[in-house]
Amino acid sequence: MMSQLIFLLLLSTGIFFFARRIRFIQRNIRSGRDVDVSDQKVKRWKTMARVALGQGKMTARPVAGIMHILIYVGFVIINLEMLEILLDGLLGTHRIFAQPLGRVYNVLIGSFEWLAAGVILSCVVFFIRRNAMAIARLRSRELAGWPTLDANIILVVEVLLMFAFLSMNATDGIAQMRGLPHYVNAGSFPVSQWLMPLYVGLSDAGIVAVERGMWWFHIAGVLAFLVYVPYSKHFHIILAFPNTYFSDLTPAGAMNNMESVTREVKLMMDPSADPYATPAESAEPPAPFGAKDATDLTWKQLMESYSCTECGRCTSECPANQTGKLLSPRKIMMDTRDRIEEIGKARDANGGQWESDGKTLLGHYITEEELWACTSCQACVQACPINISPMGIILDMRRSLIMEDSKSPESITSMFNNIENNGAPWAFPAESRGDWTQDV
Amino acid sequence: MFETDEPKMTSFHIPTMAEMTANGNTPEVLFWVGCAGSFDDRAKRITKAIAKILNAAGTSFAVLGQEESCSGDPAKRAGNEFLYQMQAAQNIAILNGYGINRIITGCPHCFNVLKNEYPELGGNYEVQHHTQFIRELIEQGKLRMADGGVFKGKKITFHDPCYLGRGNGEYLAPREVIASLDAELIEMRRCKQNGLCCGAGGAQMFKEAENGTGEVNHARTEDVVASKADIVATGCPFCNTMMTDGVKHANKEGEIIVKDVAELIAEAADLI
Repeated sequence: MMSQLIFLLLLSTGIFFFARRIRFIQRNIRSGRDVDVSDQKVKRWKTMARVALGQGKMTARPVAGIMHILIYVGFVIINLEMLEILLDGLLGTHRIFAQPLGRVYNVLIGSFEWLAAGVILSCVVFFIRRNAMAIARLRSRELAGWPTLDANIILVVEVLLMFAFLSMNATDGIAQMRGLPHYVNAGSFPVSQWLMPLYVGLSDAGIVAVERGMWWFHIAGVLAFLVYVPYSKHFHIILAFPNTYFSDLTPAGAMNNMESVTREVKLMMDPSADPYATPAESAEPPAPFGAKDATDLTWKQLMESYSCTECGRCTSECPANQTGKLLSPRKIMMDTRDRIEEIGKARDANGGQWESDGKTLLGHYITEEELWACTSCQACVQACPINISPMGIILDMRRSLIMEDSKSPESITSMFNNIENNGAPWAFPAESRGDWTQDV
Repeated sequence: MFETDEPKMTSFHIPTMAEMTANGNTPEVLFWVGCAGSFDDRAKRITKAIAKILNAAGTSFAVLGQEESCSGDPAKRAGNEFLYQMQAAQNIAILNGYGINRIITGCPHCFNVLKNEYPELGGNYEVQHHTQFIRELIEQGKLRMADGGVFKGKKITFHDPCYLGRGNGEYLAPREVIASLDAELIEMRRCKQNGLCCGAGGAQMFKEAENGTGEVNHARTEDVVASKADIVATGCPFCNTMMTDGVKHANKEGEIIVKDVAELIAEAADLI
């Protein structure tokens, strides 16, 4: 009874902190501008099924892709075991599914063990890749400090959890062989049998202690991880699904139209419109053009920033980054997330109200130099395994630079002037546009 | 229909929409030339190649001439939505005024904007990249390559323009057109979805690159060199400029030829 109470307390504490963090993130995401993505539901479900559920873009890089799929499948399927652990914990039972499932149960436990071994293998390979191999995208400057530590914590915790799961099975198996009370004959242990020599020297009490200890360590670890995940890049395991559902379904080359500008342009071209007319009393102050701060982005873009797991495929495909420019699409996403976090925290500290802290995403996190290095080639969008568009944020920030601050490199200003004056980005007279037809 | 044993067409008249309309005619397609194709000397050769192909295939077409104006793409990608929409509104007024339904263009940036971004502003047209249209002409038997195989034994690689490939998912049309030549189509290490940009998009064409350790077009030229191609085929006037400069920088002039798909076809069909 006591252990059931402790379990319930642990479980509710974990869920409480997880939910509190989710509410914080949800509010941050909702502080972005609205965007309508309620269309094409069938296509959206299909995109989510293919890209997130089916890991459709992962194997563009075969080694990382296959290892990732191993961890993903392991995580999803081993979580079936979590259901049993939860019920056992709450009801004070032991391996509650063993009896009703019979032989199926043995097959399940056996396959969980193989998957756990796969997860451990992948995590070890990932750890080596990240820390001991010179893989450029895992060594970029934006990963210094917390992002690298975060990545390593995730890998170590996953290995520990899987080790606990296997040790729990190994000692359970020993307890079954010794015919200890409460240990029903259940499960098959194709992987954990190799761990048995570690524990076989223990007394009966020792075996029970390790088995219970590993059980508690595993469930406590899982709940602690549950709370950790939304503070970490690992949050992608949840947000990858809504993020791909809300994917931009227009061709990658298409850039969104700014309705607010369309209204202005129509007004300018309408000879009957009065440009000096006072706006209606009810008129809301116009929203700024483009994005200067994180809250000027759409909620979808903010969701993308929380979905990003910092894999850096975008950055390694970016032609600007490859040629040593300051731009890193991954950093754009990380900066966006860090800034909206900062805004969210400042808001909490100020009773829910946002008061400017004198900082903005553009300027204090992202520099103009980064923005102007983008060729809008969409390689980052193509590379992202969960359809994030760093390019969208870059182009929205350029809009703010130009339309709010009139800040552009001199040559870009001349290009604008040429288009305005001659209808071409170069200083050629418009009358000569058709000259080439004269000597075909 | 073009016959290879006929004498080469030396000169023909390219009507403007204004002329055609004045004569009470409507062309099958509008050839949207674009700024580079109209003003840049190198790109004008591509424009002329496209015009010659259309003429040889018996396509009835016209251009806007002085009535054409920048599509607004570089302004929009540089962040100037106002200027873009002013340009778009002006162009749409003219295109709709002539009742244009079908457009072909040699510039993937114009192609993308006309196809994907004008509809929201009231401009709805069937827009094709010139390689898509040329593929149709070949399929319909309206365009035949001359005997003699000017590209026999040559290795040709295609550099995907971002706004045709990744931007609009068209990887096949230019390759199928190249396949109609008597040459070997080979791929660079990075191609199609994974193709490397030439470095000119997003208004980069009109400014100096940011400080870095190298230039994008030089990196792309290295891919071309590594592929051992004799010819790098392009489908965008900006890519053409960037690759031409890249080949010069790599001291491969004379070894590697940079030509638009339209130029290769016009040459193979004995039109230039």
